[in-house]
Amino acid sequence: MSTVVDLNGESPAAEGRTVGPPPAADVLLEVRGLKTYFHVMDGTVAAVDGVDFQLKRGETLGLVGESGCGKSVTSLTIMRLVDIPPGEIVAGEVWFDGREILSLPMAEMRKIRGADMSMIFQEPMTSLNPVFTVGNQIAEAVKAHRPVSNREAWNRGVEMLAAVGIPAPERRAKQYPHELSGGMRQRVMIAMALSCDPKLVIADEPTTALDVTIQAQILELIKAMQERTGAALLLITHDLAVVAETVQRMAVMYAGKIVETGTAEDVLLDPKHPYTQGLITSIPSNVPRGQRLNVIRGTVPNPFRMPAGCRFEPRCPLVFEPCRDFDPPLRTTDLDRRAACWLHYPPSERPTVSDVAVPSAPVRTERVGKR
Amino acid sequence: MARFIVRRLLVAIPVLFGLSVILFLFLRLLPGGGPAEAILGQHATPQLVAQITATEGLDKPLYVQYLNYVGRLLHGDFGASFIDGREVAATFLIKFPATVELTIGALIFAVGLGIPLGRLAARHPNSWIDGIVTVISLFGISIPVFVLGYTLAFIFGVELHWLPTFGQLDPRLPINPVTHFAIIDAILAGHWYVIDAVAHLILPSIALGTIPLAVFTRITRASVIEVSNEDYVRTARAKGLTDRRVNDRHIMRNAWLPVTTVIGLETGALLAGAVLTETVFSWNGVGSWVVSSIQNHDYIVVQSLILIFATIFLTVNLIVDVGYAFLNPRIRYS
Repeated sequence: MSTVVDLNGESPAAEGRTVGPPPAADVLLEVRGLKTYFHVMDGTVAAVDGVDFQLKRGETLGLVGESGCGKSVTSLTIMRLVDIPPGEIVAGEVWFDGREILSLPMAEMRKIRGADMSMIFQEPMTSLNPVFTVGNQIAEAVKAHRPVSNREAWNRGVEMLAAVGIPAPERRAKQYPHELSGGMRQRVMIAMALSCDPKLVIADEPTTALDVTIQAQILELIKAMQERTGAALLLITHDLAVVAETVQRMAVMYAGKIVETGTAEDVLLDPKHPYTQGLITSIPSNVPRGQRLNVIRGTVPNPFRMPAGCRFEPRCPLVFEPCRDFDPPLRTTDLDRRAACWLHYPPSERPTVSDVAVPSAPVRTERVGKR
Repeated sequence: MARFIVRRLLVAIPVLFGLSVILFLFLRLLPGGGPAEAILGQHATPQLVAQITATEGLDKPLYVQYLNYVGRLLHGDFGASFIDGREVAATFLIKFPATVELTIGALIFAVGLGIPLGRLAARHPNSWIDGIVTVISLFGISIPVFVLGYTLAFIFGVELHWLPTFGQLDPRLPINPVTHFAIIDAILAGHWYVIDAVAHLILPSIALGTIPLAVFTRITRASVIEVSNEDYVRTARAKGLTDRRVNDRHIMRNAWLPVTTVIGLETGALLAGAVLTETVFSWNGVGSWVVSSIQNHDYIVVQSLILIFATIFLTVNLIVDVGYAFLNPRIRYS
């Protein structure tokens, strides 16, 4: 059904790729059936294995899950920053601002990166180049996308540093990253990400590496800048408290798949998927003092040996008959709520053992992208 | 930056002091009698020993002898050869330019080829290109310099008659040794004699530069691969920069740091004399001088040359460190 996508953009093969219809105009980002695999020495890791979600213009979405669930790889795939090889975008579509960007030649993708779509990374300590001044690094991003002089690009950098609340921005712009604190560096990263007025900002665990006292400031800043610029925000985090404070909608990811989506309020107050329920009940402050903390028993599945059915089945307290053999697709449960759990399917729609001939477990039927 | 340089210069003082003490004692601790016997070697007769002991003050207390020795050094008096009576400093000024030329030639070859090769290998790690580059550099490190030197001389000199294999200049050319830099003297003499000087430099430079070439290739490859995996390189790509800009600016500026250090160390070693290469190509530099002095037991010359080489090594290191600080702001301000 699909032909090869040339991810280096050097072959016209990308043109021949068949994709579905574009999403509605108010949708800024739509990810459909995205699968990103990594071919490593011991086998293939399905880091992202069928992810669907969408983000409307100006909206904020939290992508939540524990370490290794594929949320960072999802964001890097959207940015086309996954190294190929060892990575491979096996299937899926990413629609951004009316275009399917996985098919774009790399030269076109570079015009989007840093301009319409930008990213804030987890590690402010290592994400800035140590041998260039911070002003220089922001100006470089501006110059890459706008026909401005060096002076104008520099001035834009200083202006952005001021906008993210860095005192004495003219002086700070001339400093090197090692002269700034972690919080300051993350402000610089935010300034850089917003310097070309992007339509989408992807923030990958932007506060994880920071002191607790700084975390709240940086989150406030991201929220304030998002509201001021009207950019959509995809916030990737493992921290439910961060999600609750920052985003309108959320998607919960487990073992390479989205298991639940909805407004942040709905999902946090009334989780539909047993995994989300487990996450929320294991927040320590939900447990009275002196009692045992709730945990999700077991561990995340071995990426080389994913369960055949629902990936949460080995750990799920509510497991029942279809879970072992059949992987539940996302199903709309309420208005704007979706969950991937057989509990939310009416009994008539649940598969039984007699359906084994047509399992819904992931089967690699297509190969898109080159090794 | 000025403070950084001054501090580094101050560090050189104890190093040179320690070395001068060791060299001073070395002559006095040699077996076979006292320092006079060591200097005179097999020619030592009681009369000559008495004469040397008197003229060199070898009967005075050690600290007096040491202070005299250092005093002479500080006046630029490195002593004279006991074999031919020539001043070490004067001979050095004639021979060192030849070594400098050979070092520069070898560095141009090694850096000019080694860094592009290392970058090429790093861009395609574990590919067949990387494999070929690895084989070239292993070959370069493994082959003995005299084997490579004689092979080059045989192929390009004896068989093909493309390049000269002997000395720095054609002795038939009317060139005055003004600076003792063959290329500069040839330019001063005019008539495009400089072509002859450059032609003489090619084969020795390749022979001498092959090991540094291999070292620079390996270091560049490793450094570029390491820097390519840094988070800030991903940030640079996320900004929408072209691959060329990411490579040339964000990766190379950082990858240069370890490469610079190794280039500096190799330069210091090359300036201290390329003994084998100079012998193979009859290159009249300090390398062949040091060998003949050791063979002739010309201890005064050896002693002074070691001190001079140490000073050169320290100076080159200082220049490298300043260059390093220039490239790396984290050093500059600490």
